[in-house]
Amino acid sequence: MSRMLLTLKAVPTIAVDCSPLTPDRLAGQSAAAIAAIELQSGNRRLPTGELFDIAGESSDVLVIRNACSKLDRIGANMNGGSLEVEGDVGAFLGAGLVSGRIRVSGGAGAFAATGMAAGILHVCGNVGDFLGAAIAGDKQGMLGGLVIVDGDAGDRVGDHLRRGIILVGGNAGDYCASRMLAGTIAVRGRVGALPGYAMKRGTLLLAGAAELPATFNDCGTHELMFLRLFARHLAGVDAAAARFAPHGERVRRFVGDRANGGLGEILVAA
Amino acid sequence: MIINGVAIDDTFAEAFGMRATRLIITAANLRWAYYAANAATGFATSVIGCGAEAGIEHELSPAETPDGRPGVSLLIFAVSAKELAKQVERRVGQCVLTSPTSAVFSGCDGEEKVALGKNLRYFADGYQISKLFGDRRYWRVPVMDGEFICEETAGVVKAVGGGNFLVLAASQMQALLACEAAIDTMRKLPGVVMPFPGGVVRSGSKVGSKYKALSASTNDAFCPTLRGIGSSELPPETGAVLEIVIDGITEADIRQAMRLGMQAVCAIGAAGGIQRITAGNYGGKLGKYHFHLREILA
Repeated sequence: MSRMLLTLKAVPTIAVDCSPLTPDRLAGQSAAAIAAIELQSGNRRLPTGELFDIAGESSDVLVIRNACSKLDRIGANMNGGSLEVEGDVGAFLGAGLVSGRIRVSGGAGAFAATGMAAGILHVCGNVGDFLGAAIAGDKQGMLGGLVIVDGDAGDRVGDHLRRGIILVGGNAGDYCASRMLAGTIAVRGRVGALPGYAMKRGTLLLAGAAELPATFNDCGTHELMFLRLFARHLAGVDAAAARFAPHGERVRRFVGDRANGGLGEILVAA
Repeated sequence: MIINGVAIDDTFAEAFGMRATRLIITAANLRWAYYAANAATGFATSVIGCGAEAGIEHELSPAETPDGRPGVSLLIFAVSAKELAKQVERRVGQCVLTSPTSAVFSGCDGEEKVALGKNLRYFADGYQISKLFGDRRYWRVPVMDGEFICEETAGVVKAVGGGNFLVLAASQMQALLACEAAIDTMRKLPGVVMPFPGGVVRSGSKVGSKYKALSASTNDAFCPTLRGIGSSELPPETGAVLEIVIDGITEADIRQAMRLGMQAVCAIGAAGGIQRITAGNYGGKLGKYHFHLREILA
């Protein structure tokens, strides 16, 4: 399989905006042309060739090797193709992702998947705060697509989430699903303080019992058939998503955040 | 052409372009899936008076349905996508939403769509919940037995309505038994429904009427009790005529259903009182599709 290979030469001292390096933007470009693409780093613009060794051939598969947490905005606004990152990445991973698939073998920083509209973002390690959340000034967080985090997620997962699915394999921090507007978040581990804080709509699916805000009201235990549709959908995406498919439809349903008239739901597997 | 003593007329059935959708109804068990499906496809024998022609296509095992429960697929036909949308909304709203444990999904793709949950969700009075999984949107409508799950829209396809053949027999019961045999065979086929009660119609019609208010009236040429009037097409030995009308997703679906249906009738043959098979048409000027009986049986 053909692919384009970018290998980071050394860890930069200042964070680098890697958003120009997506498979759709590099498609059809020669190694020399790619080497000349300038990347913003602090107040300087550095040619890609100065930071990365460039190998391989033009392809809709782009591999970034030796990645580190200084590489911000990887896959931002990417529209198609497949981006595979070996190592950790910085903030704003997959921000505004339009379509395509991003897989990071390590962890990611804050605001991963913010503004993401579609596609699949898979982080094998942990992610920082504000996963799929709105950046300051935005009224809505992630707008669609599927995010899979195998490890833990920081605080404010899905803050202002508008649409799409976020799956967290480990634990999630405080204020998980805060101010959520719609969409689905599933956490297999524990959640921190005040999950669903100021939630308006949407679903937070928890594998185990959690301490919920007093402003979530108990609606009792029910068999919810949509969870089977959810499970079947995840099973149809890939193996990474299939691990999150709920095993049963029986859940205890809490609705809130009633402090602000919200009709969101926290479903706790029963 | 004579098959097993049954004369096959050198004529054709004339059918029309329609719009159709396939819905999948599931429920806790088949019994309740059938209650919903039977109600939703009820009063849907002819577009002339019912607005739609509909029927149950076949049963679905849990492995074949979107939610893993037993179900049935049904086909609904109408003269236009607009009329189909109206019929689907009414039928699903009154007959499926209301039926315990039911859920309804789109059973076919098409560029055109008719609304399912897109409009029915408003029954939930603001408590409806949308779930978008992949490219499929589902609506969760809180109801008294839990949640009614309903896909946002169903695909609309171009379809064919009005395939038909008429069975002429020595007696009413012989015509009926032959049609029952035909329907038993035809019901096993995908992509077609026979919308009349039991799949069989006895009130075949002609275009026009002596009464101004009516656009169609009894097919006097095939009424055995009018044999002496003069316009009759029935010989003295014919005691009854019954018709089977077929709506299908494609022309080929109807052709196959007509073939197997007529073969079942011919298998009973002259020994069972079957005399002749013919078909209804309007001279070939109105319908886009012509199903020539002899070609189909050749």
